This record gives sequence, C-alpha cells and structure tokens, in this order.
Amino acid sequence: MNARIVEILIDSFPKILIPGLVRTIPLTAISFSLAMVLAVAVALVQFANVGGLKQLCRLYIWVIRGTPLLVQLFVVFFGLPHVGVVIDPFPAAIAVFSINEGAYAAEIIRAALESVPRGQMEAGYCVGMSYLQIIRRIILPQAMRTAFPSLANSLIAMVKDTSLASVVTVAEMMMATKQLNALYYEPLALYLEVAFIYLMFCTVLTRVQSWGEKKLSSYERKGTV
Amino acid sequence: MTLEVRGIAKRFGALEVLKGIDLRVEQGDVVAILGPSGSGKTTLLRCINFLEQADAGALIFDGESFELSHMSRKDILRLRKKTAFVFQNYNLFLNKTALENVTEGLITARRMPKAEAVEKAERALERVGMLDRKDHYPSQLSGGQQQRVAIARALATDPEIIYFDEPTSALDPELIGEVLAVMRRLAEEGMTMLVVTHEMNFARNVSTKVIFMEDGVVLEAGPAKEFFANPREERTRAFLRTIHGEER
Repeated sequence: MNARIVEILIDSFPKILIPGLVRTIPLTAISFSLAMVLAVAVALVQFANVGGLKQLCRLYIWVIRGTPLLVQLFVVFFGLPHVGVVIDPFPAAIAVFSINEGAYAAEIIRAALESVPRGQMEAGYCVGMSYLQIIRRIILPQAMRTAFPSLANSLIAMVKDTSLASVVTVAEMMMATKQLNALYYEPLALYLEVAFIYLMFCTVLTRVQSWGEKKLSSYERKGTV
Repeated sequence: MTLEVRGIAKRFGALEVLKGIDLRVEQGDVVAILGPSGSGKTTLLRCINFLEQADAGALIFDGESFELSHMSRKDILRLRKKTAFVFQNYNLFLNKTALENVTEGLITARRMPKAEAVEKAERALERVGMLDRKDHYPSQLSGGQQQRVAIARALATDPEIIYFDEPTSALDPELIGEVLAVMRRLAEEGMTMLVVTHEMNFARNVSTKVIFMEDGVVLEAGPAKEFFANPREERTRAFLRTIHGEER
C-alpha cells in the first residue's frame, strides 16, 4: 500500500466515522425504536383478532413487504414533494425506515406471541387476571424473549440498510464516503474503509445481542432440581 | 359455599361432548369425577370455569344463578376470583419464579400490596413444601414440584373451591405421591375440591362423593364409600373391574 493511500485513509477515517456517529447511529436507533412500537401494536392487534383493524394491519404488512425499501424512500423523498408534501431528508428517512421495519418486526412478534403455550393464557384467567393484564405481564414478556434474536438480527440489518439513505441526500456514512471518493478517487480503499466501520458497528451489536440473550434467558436456565 | 350445575351441554362441531350434566358440590366436599378417556370430564371442568363456553346449562354459585351460554365478562372475572384451577400440565407462568407465580394473581388481579402478597405466597408455598424453592423458575423444577407450586398458586387466592384437572396425569409415577399427599392434606383441612382424576386410591380414600361419567352423561353419582363398595350400574362395575385389573 503506498503512502498516499494510507494518508487518505487516515484523513478520511474521522470524516466517515463522525457522520456514522451523528447520522447512521441516530437514524438506526430512532427508526428501530419507532418500528418496535409500531410492530408490537400491529402484532397485538392481529393476535387479539381485533376486527377491522386486523385487516388494516395485514394490508400494511402486505404492501410494505411487497415493495423495495429503495422505492419506498423514493416515493417519500421524491414523490411526495410532487404533490406538495415536503419532508426533510432525515425525518423522511426515519419515517420510511421505521414503517418498513415495523412490518417485518410485526410478523416476528406475532409469530412469537402465537408460540407462547395456550395454557399460559388460561392460567392467567384462572388466577383472575384480565386479558390485557395477561398479555402485558405473561404473554408479551415471553414472546419478546422468543423474538429477541430475530429482532436483533433485523437491527443489525438496518444499520447497513441506512446506507440507502445516502441516495435521498441524508449525510450519513455512505454519503460521506461517496464525497471523499469524488475528491480522491480511491474507490477500493475508501469503500473498504466504510465497510470496515459498518463491520465494527455490527460487531458491537452482535456482542450486545449475545449479552442480551443470556440476560433474558435466565428463566429458561436449567438448574439443579 | 355451594356449587350447582344443571343441564350443562357442550359440542365441538358434530361431536356432542356433554349431554346435560347435573352436579352439586357442598362446602367441604371432595368430589372425584371418574370415567374413561373421552367421557367429557375435562370439558365439564373447563366449562364450569369458563375456559370453554358451554352451549347450554346453568351454574348456581352460592345461590346466584348464571346462564352458561351467555355469561358477561364481568361475571366471569368475578366468579373466577372465587375459584382456582389446577391444570394437568401445571401451566406455571414460565417467565416468573415460583414465588412470583403465586403473587401474580394477588398483586395484579386483586390489587394486594406487594409485601402482603409475598407473605401470603410464602405461607402457601410452605403448605405445599416448596418454600425452599421459591426463587426457582418453572424450568428448574420437576413436574411434581411445579404442580405443588401450582397448588400453592391456587391456595393463595383463598378460593371457595379448587378445580383439579387430572393433576397427576402428566407426572412420572415416582412424583405422583408428593402431589396426592398435598391434595389429601387440603381435603383433610376442609378445602372444597372438584377433582377430575384417574387415581382410584385418591377417589376411594379421600373423596367424599364420586361422579362417574361416560359419553357425556353421568352414569352414576353418590357417596364415595357406597360407589366403590356397591356400584349400582353394570357399566360402573365393568369400569371398576378394569381399573382393579390394572392395579393388580
């Protein structure tokens, strides 16, 4: 590796990392949190079989899962201004990522809710609890434990998917790298550099996932009888 | 406490599981419901605690009468707080410790202060000999221990009656004894119990009344001693002979 490339890489590193810290991570964190709220609500509506609302939830999941994320970004960022709805790039990206992730996560959580043994609900009824009390204190905690690895997986995927926001002018890591490449024209070195930073972010999340799984599985631990 | 059921009927599709059952439980009774598999015993118990909705029939609890086919949610909730249910496969809350399993219904459903609930739960766990395992999760307990915690969970709510749905059927043979011993003690202390069971010794020695069911109807009902010493129906005699054959 020649000295020029090394110098470019060292110079670029903070210029990629900082957008990562102030754009990529907040974009992921905010979008994923909103997606979780949406997903739990959509999953519960389906689990509880709320008439009318359930059909609406199925429609939402069908449309979102059936269309590309990039197309959804384009519709919101380039399409909506055409009819007078102008949203800034960052909030637009948050809206698209959270609505998109919400649909996938809703399916993960719904499946997890349905995997909780039927007897858990019946036992709750028999100690005098109401439906909502049982959902909140017995069913949902167990379902979230089941869903946790899949949701962590989705979160890791989302960190990388946020690179798509660069095409709607959000100044995140990928956008920063593209701009540095326009300046230096070292595509291989610079794109490998941003790939490395994504890998570091995801490595941290993978660690957090294993730690979280251990923490959550305390009640599944097989101990001495 | 008196519980009376009249003309309870239930079908699953084309299958008529209960064809008009009457029964009566008085304060302090231990009523054993016996009968071959598929006779509708479990469904009867589940209908009485509204886990299944009966198609017809009336339930009279402490003189208050309810139409089983259209109960209000409020009445169901109110009646369930006076009763308790012990399941065949325990159904302990898997995300809660033994102690939390017992306090859950007290704190959440009955709004009891936590300290009081814990004290009450510990007393209940003590009664079933499970106090030393109070911080264990269900996955860390044997089947017999889980069922004893389930009985403690039932006891802690001070129920007027406890329903048992084949409480020992899922247990390994060597674990059945500890659960039956707890139930026998409860019976001696005067707890009112309605027990679906295949344990003939329990029915003969502990229960006060026996109901024998087959094909969704009650074939014979009466005091336990009379039932075992002198069964009236030929079908009952045949059933008892099969059981005795197995016991030998």
